[in-house]
Amino acid sequence: MGVLKTALRALFERAEAIFDFAFGQRLNPFHWLGALGWYFYWIVAGTGIYLYIFFDTGITNAYASVEYITNDQWYLAGVMRSLHRYASDALVVIVVLHLFREFSLDRLRGRRFFAWLTGVPALFFIYICGITGYWLVWDQLAQYIAIATAEWLDTLPFFGQPIAANFLNATTLADRFFTLMVFIHIFAPLFMLLLMWVHIQRHAGARVNPPKPLAIGTAATMVLLSLVYPAVSQGPANLDVVPAEVGLDWFYLFAYPLLDVIPGGQLWLLVVGGLLFTGLLPWIPPKKPAPAAVVSLDNCNGCARCFEDCPFSAIRMAPRTDGKGYETQAEVNADNCVSCGLCVGSCPTATPFRRAGEIVPGIELPLHPIAGLRERTLSASKEFVKGRRILIYACEHSNSKRLDNDNARVITLPCVAALPPSFIDFVLSRNLADGVAISGCADGDCYYRLGDDWMQQRIDAERDPYLRRRVDRERLRFWRYRAGGEARQRALETFTAELKTLPKNRSGRRSSDA
Amino acid sequence: MRSVVRIALQVILYAAFALSLAWFATNPPYQYGDATMASIKVSLSHAADRVEPCVQLTPEQIADLAMNMKQTEACERERLPLLLEIDIDGEAVFSLEATPTGLWSDGPSSVYERFEVAPGPHRITARLRDTARAEGWDYTDSTDVVLEPGRYFTVTFRAETGGFNFR
Repeated sequence: MGVLKTALRALFERAEAIFDFAFGQRLNPFHWLGALGWYFYWIVAGTGIYLYIFFDTGITNAYASVEYITNDQWYLAGVMRSLHRYASDALVVIVVLHLFREFSLDRLRGRRFFAWLTGVPALFFIYICGITGYWLVWDQLAQYIAIATAEWLDTLPFFGQPIAANFLNATTLADRFFTLMVFIHIFAPLFMLLLMWVHIQRHAGARVNPPKPLAIGTAATMVLLSLVYPAVSQGPANLDVVPAEVGLDWFYLFAYPLLDVIPGGQLWLLVVGGLLFTGLLPWIPPKKPAPAAVVSLDNCNGCARCFEDCPFSAIRMAPRTDGKGYETQAEVNADNCVSCGLCVGSCPTATPFRRAGEIVPGIELPLHPIAGLRERTLSASKEFVKGRRILIYACEHSNSKRLDNDNARVITLPCVAALPPSFIDFVLSRNLADGVAISGCADGDCYYRLGDDWMQQRIDAERDPYLRRRVDRERLRFWRYRAGGEARQRALETFTAELKTLPKNRSGRRSSDA
Repeated sequence: MRSVVRIALQVILYAAFALSLAWFATNPPYQYGDATMASIKVSLSHAADRVEPCVQLTPEQIADLAMNMKQTEACERERLPLLLEIDIDGEAVFSLEATPTGLWSDGPSSVYERFEVAPGPHRITARLRDTARAEGWDYTDSTDVVLEPGRYFTVTFRAETGGFNFR
């Protein structure tokens, strides 16, 4: 499984590098696949509502009404029909890419299983929506879909009478069956919307809207495509005639030709088994999640910064239980906590400057205690051999360990935002290094969703806890590059060169124990 | 200059996305059936006789039944399988035994089959057995048709309307 993920990751890295150049990292569509999925959903829903005004839901007039939509009112309803189709196709592309990408990045394991597990059934509903949608046009493609789907369903042992018998000839075709399709085509998307809502429930501040430039560019592309190459029907359905050759929508109907090769029952096994296997991927192989963040009530003042910064809705502010004079206290829902440490980075008590006793912040990760991070910082500062000393706090998913050298020491964290900004101040004010670099994920593609953004805002003094003004920003760099590639290495060389133009860090004192 | 190249690349990427959507929305075309052949569909749903014939209840037995359960006959639920055979020009092209539906095998037996035949004039004969007889058929019907290429010909059955229907 690991090899597969690595291979996929390499493929995505290559593709994303091209998009990085064209759109910039921030607007790279690969970073917005989830949001683009929502965007296409709304396009499909909006255009579908408009089309429903003109669509005749009876079997006899359905085709004629679609022809009216396509030809007589081509300038609006026709464009809407094309948008409806192409946005549906785009939705499949985006969702499949989203699925493969999250898989390749391993963002489905441990306690992150929830979004994956709720996303897989949504995929099933996308296909229900698409197949029933093509059915409603009642052209030759619809006829093929009706017969093939009915024959496929008949291979299941649930139906007393063959469904395919409904499509024997024009005399056996009932309006009621067609009405059922309309019903499914309306309610399946609504159910899908419910699933999409559940899908993002454990994501605080989920990105459901793409950035404006991407939204405009995508919409313009879809409208232009709809005008240049409008969606059209494939001749009226005639149940007395074999639909010998049909223009399949391969995004939705790719499985249908398999019915010519394998029995319907085996195809069901393949589809259902494939969906089940996909749904179980977070547990293949089993992985023990890291221990959840722990609140130390003695040090928690209920400031709610951790609650606001948690990207996975794992923290809630509950009424105080220890009788101290604060209204609330942080409570961690261990089932949601992915141990990213963003809460620790946001905690004002997580500071290396504290000298009185053991450093225990209001909230911290058992595997990455703040006292330990302070020790690692002090220890790394003693390992510099020559030149300008750079301390790099790196996200463990950024592949930054390779930057380690004689004058650059790397300290890895689950996420860069697990680093309280006071550590940067600590390093520079205590002269533990000449410069500090924060090495995160690619811009807009943080492994823990929001960590890079929170860190940037803390540095820019836009988000609590702020990085103090006294910190010389010329001695600080925040790298947001892809895990692969040489950008990080080049950035380190540039930073080293730039530090050489600055005087040596003489602030504070340089002591053995700081 | 760099921004011009970036915008040009954006246009190319958007266009590639749009073209791939447009192309795969209908292409490559898929060949479902052979337009040079005729297709025959056989479809029926019919309940065969019961495995055991119903037994007439005596007035005493009927009187013993609860008010809401009174009936004149006692019947076992299980039904016989249907036997169906289709000949074209005297040659058997299709023959099957359709088992009754339902957990207790008490429902109708259903058949749906589709197969291709060469177009042209043909004599199609359909036979069905729905009783416990060991030999022979309960329903037999034939028709002479000229099958056209690329068209469906359907064979259905309704006991209420006298048996087979060819269309």
